[in-house]
Amino acid sequence: MAELLFEIFCEEIPARMQVRAGQDLEKAMTTGLNAAGLSVDDVRVFTGPRRLVYVADIPLQSPDIEEERKGPRVGSPQQALAGFLRGAGLTDISQAETRSDKKGEHYVAVIKKEGVSSHEILSDLIPNIMNKFPWPKSMKSGESAFRWVRPLQSMICLLNEVVVLVEVGGVTAGNVTEGHRRHGAGPFTVTNFENYKSVLEGEGHVILDAKEREALILRDAKAACEAKGLELVEDAGLLSEVAGLAEWPVVILGKMDPSFLELPSEVIRLSMRTHQKYFAVRKAETGQLAPNFIVVANQSAPDGGAAIAQGNSRVLSARLADAQFFQSEDAKKNLIEYYDKLDTVVFHKKLGSIRDKAERVSALAKAIAPKVGADAELAAHAAKLAKCDLVTQTVIEFTSLQGQIGRLMYERALRDAAIAAPQGEVSAKPHPKDGVAVDSKSHPEGGVAVDSKPHPEDGVAVDSKERKLSAEDHASIAVAIEDHYKPQGPSDSVPTDPVAIAVALADKVDSLVGFWAIDEKPTGSKDPFALRRAALGIVRIVLENDKRLKISAFIDFTRDHFPSSLSSEDNLIAFILDRLKTYLRDQGLRHDVIDSVYAQNNSTRGGDDLVDIVNRIKAVQAFIDSQDGANLLAGYKRAANILKAEQKKGALPDGRARAPHEAKSRALFTALQSTDGTIDARLQAEDYVGAMAALAGLRRPIDEFFMDVQVIADDTAVKENNLRLLKDIRDTAQKIANFDLISG
Amino acid sequence: MSTNSTKSDIRTATPTANENTPSSLSFQGLILTLQKYWADQGCVILQPFDTEVGAGTLHPATVLRSLGPKPWNVAYVQPSRRPADGRYGENPNRLQHYYQFQVIMKPNPKNLQDLYLGSLDAIGIDRDQHDIRFVEDDWENPTVGAWGLGWEVWCDGMEVSQYTYFQQVGGLDLELVSGELTYGLERLAMYVQGVDNVYDLRFNDATEDRPSVSYGEVFHQNEVQQSTYNFEHADIDKIRQKFEYAEEECQYLLGLEPPLPLPAYEHALKASHLFNLLDARGVVSPTQRQEYIKRVRDLAKGCAEAHVALEKRDLEKLEMEKAKSRKAGLTSSVPKLASIEDL
Repeated sequence: MAELLFEIFCEEIPARMQVRAGQDLEKAMTTGLNAAGLSVDDVRVFTGPRRLVYVADIPLQSPDIEEERKGPRVGSPQQALAGFLRGAGLTDISQAETRSDKKGEHYVAVIKKEGVSSHEILSDLIPNIMNKFPWPKSMKSGESAFRWVRPLQSMICLLNEVVVLVEVGGVTAGNVTEGHRRHGAGPFTVTNFENYKSVLEGEGHVILDAKEREALILRDAKAACEAKGLELVEDAGLLSEVAGLAEWPVVILGKMDPSFLELPSEVIRLSMRTHQKYFAVRKAETGQLAPNFIVVANQSAPDGGAAIAQGNSRVLSARLADAQFFQSEDAKKNLIEYYDKLDTVVFHKKLGSIRDKAERVSALAKAIAPKVGADAELAAHAAKLAKCDLVTQTVIEFTSLQGQIGRLMYERALRDAAIAAPQGEVSAKPHPKDGVAVDSKSHPEGGVAVDSKPHPEDGVAVDSKERKLSAEDHASIAVAIEDHYKPQGPSDSVPTDPVAIAVALADKVDSLVGFWAIDEKPTGSKDPFALRRAALGIVRIVLENDKRLKISAFIDFTRDHFPSSLSSEDNLIAFILDRLKTYLRDQGLRHDVIDSVYAQNNSTRGGDDLVDIVNRIKAVQAFIDSQDGANLLAGYKRAANILKAEQKKGALPDGRARAPHEAKSRALFTALQSTDGTIDARLQAEDYVGAMAALAGLRRPIDEFFMDVQVIADDTAVKENNLRLLKDIRDTAQKIANFDLISG
Repeated sequence: MSTNSTKSDIRTATPTANENTPSSLSFQGLILTLQKYWADQGCVILQPFDTEVGAGTLHPATVLRSLGPKPWNVAYVQPSRRPADGRYGENPNRLQHYYQFQVIMKPNPKNLQDLYLGSLDAIGIDRDQHDIRFVEDDWENPTVGAWGLGWEVWCDGMEVSQYTYFQQVGGLDLELVSGELTYGLERLAMYVQGVDNVYDLRFNDATEDRPSVSYGEVFHQNEVQQSTYNFEHADIDKIRQKFEYAEEECQYLLGLEPPLPLPAYEHALKASHLFNLLDARGVVSPTQRQEYIKRVRDLAKGCAEAHVALEKRDLEKLEMEKAKSRKAGLTSSVPKLASIEDL
């Protein structure tokens, strides 16, 4: 075996693409080498800002291959022989061997292929891989038509310390690389991987392994925080990103003006993370954000990073000053006062403005509320408030904080109101000395004029009746404002507060019905309005809160709120049930069991009641997994198979079975009669486990029936009644699920 | 530079004071230095284009010259106008009129990153002390149908330049890729001079007889008055009419045979600026906004197509003339001379 060292060196690769690129390179190289007949051992892949590296042990040559090609029989006409020779690359039939089998003697051409040198294989393989490399976005550069993620600068391709002839996009591979831009100016000539790694990590100042860079950053960041009695707010996604932005990571603890801590911590952390790629830092004792940040530089500066820290701090200050400005602008109005402005934002040109949507969601949330244990007026009100933050400057700037900013604004107004209400008269007058102390203590924002705002939320007019909202009501509204977007994905949590559930469901049903109405359904991989996520959201909210609902009723309800020209919610229920199927499969339920219950799902059984459907599926799966269930399934299949076979010969006899004379048949008949009634009763009571238990009771009579009774009897009347019995077995079982679809 | 850092050397630090170095470049010094630097790299130094534009990229020396097969290297300062960013001279970071320094190298040389880093050295950014990064940022300008891949260049976390490899302009794939560098001059100067308010920038250096002039002395009134005009007095109906006129004129020029893409493009730029003014006045609804952008893009696209077609025709004419003269037996001796020199 020989060592292959392959380095692709280019201008800065976007951090988010590096890990995937390493995986793609590994897969393409290893499968390509294997396909060329080379074994591949000890593969190592390294990724970083400017390089992708593939190292492996491969043979110097692919093995010789002997391939046999079967020819015509000995004595075949000349034409056949000539064709065979041509195809096998032989010139005379004497070059072929003869073999004999039971049909007689025939020719065999033994084609020997000598192994190919791995140098040659790599020369072909590497350009193929690089020309088709699956970058999410790629570009041309200069005069070349070659596409890469950013301009390709150089390559190393060494096999057994010898340069392999590889040419891609005008770049010829060699044995030379570059180190860190600042600390490790090359060029460095290398001989093998060991030498390459030690040169890069020494003189070159490049830490090759992304995981090693991550570990280093984490260790140093924690240490830097601990030294000041602080704690790092860990963030795995950010860690991976910053490790992709530095070849020589150096951790620096920066400071910011503590007055910025008045901003919501979400805003600070988002500013740090997305705009500046800093880690937040908190105080060890309180867990509150500290006026510090961790920045990861790509070099160790002679001044110990002082200038870098100061520069970064200045940039962060400018960002946070902007955020502060937005916050103070936003705080000039209460949340609900933004409602009318929602009219200026288009939700979708065929579906009106965000305000139109909020109106619809509010009406729908009001309708859903009683079904999920929420107060209808509260839900309607929360639904309107939920969208208001979309036109605040803070959310326009920090879109991902939608919902969170709304909640914070709502809570803040409440706090201000709570402070203002009892002290309303006091605060109009100059504060007495002791009054100031009280005021500033109870006021975390410090120095904000508490009585400058009207507080419409305080005594919200819900449905024209003035109703005083309790503290719990306010808390529910606040939660609903934030949580109504949830769940944002399969790993996000679902809302659990009833008001939040009502608004979250209404929001998603409205989107689905709306986009269905204008025929913007998801197709294939395209789902620009995230409707699959919305449908999965409905499924999870309903199931995880165990809410019994008729979704179609809500669909009908909200469809009436769209202009009449928008019609047809075809297959929307089917679409939601499809999401349910995926969800249940992910939960480990058998797909054939799911299908068996779905097949019997209709408007009277299950229908759009997701909880009911899932209860059925779980009961069937538990039953099938039991010994009784497996046996009953076998009996069921036998009955179904006989029926199928008979059906081919002619129509099955009509009607239900009559009481037979033969003992075992009669026993089955009696059992079916009573079981049928029990199953109906159990199903009626939604006791699916009970229904399955009743079905299990049929196991013995069915088994004994098949053991003792000749189903296809000579007597036509007996045979027909037997077939009716089998039909009854099938019909009884199918009340629960279509067992035909269950494999087993 | 010789830092002997090893892995164990990786340090942590808290900032110490490091104030405005007196030797830092003035605002005009920054421009002069960049011009000199890029002139030395073989760039043509142009002066600003005399129509209002929202970004240096929109200069025809970038948009039109990046099309077609002819190499082109240029650098220039371009005042950029963004009416909506006006703050009446009250915001330390935002201006409705500011300067960009723009470099185009077509085709991009292989060492363009090194050339760029060299320009940072030239303007006095000490790359030993400061952390320079290339952070993914793909650039797109929908009004001229252009996009490219590249980075924001960060200096200690602050974006000091935009670095792009153009892939498409005017909706057309490029034969030669241009490397584009855009320096935000005010921001860069604030960084170099260490000031937090743009109006405090030293515009020039003091001499023995004359004190230095600040950026505020030069431009503050302009910000106040232009903001007032943009937000309060710009006549909406007249601007709409002007937009229509610019659009018609552009279309007329493109419809001529042969078309006149250069003056047509100026009218496309005027339309673009007029749209920005309407936007600043807050009279453009989101739907209308998309329509306006599409109208401007169609104009720019038409100019780009006409420009490419004309260039192509000129090249073909040139080839045909060459062929004619060859037929006439007037063979040039230049290739032979070149081969003799090679020996």
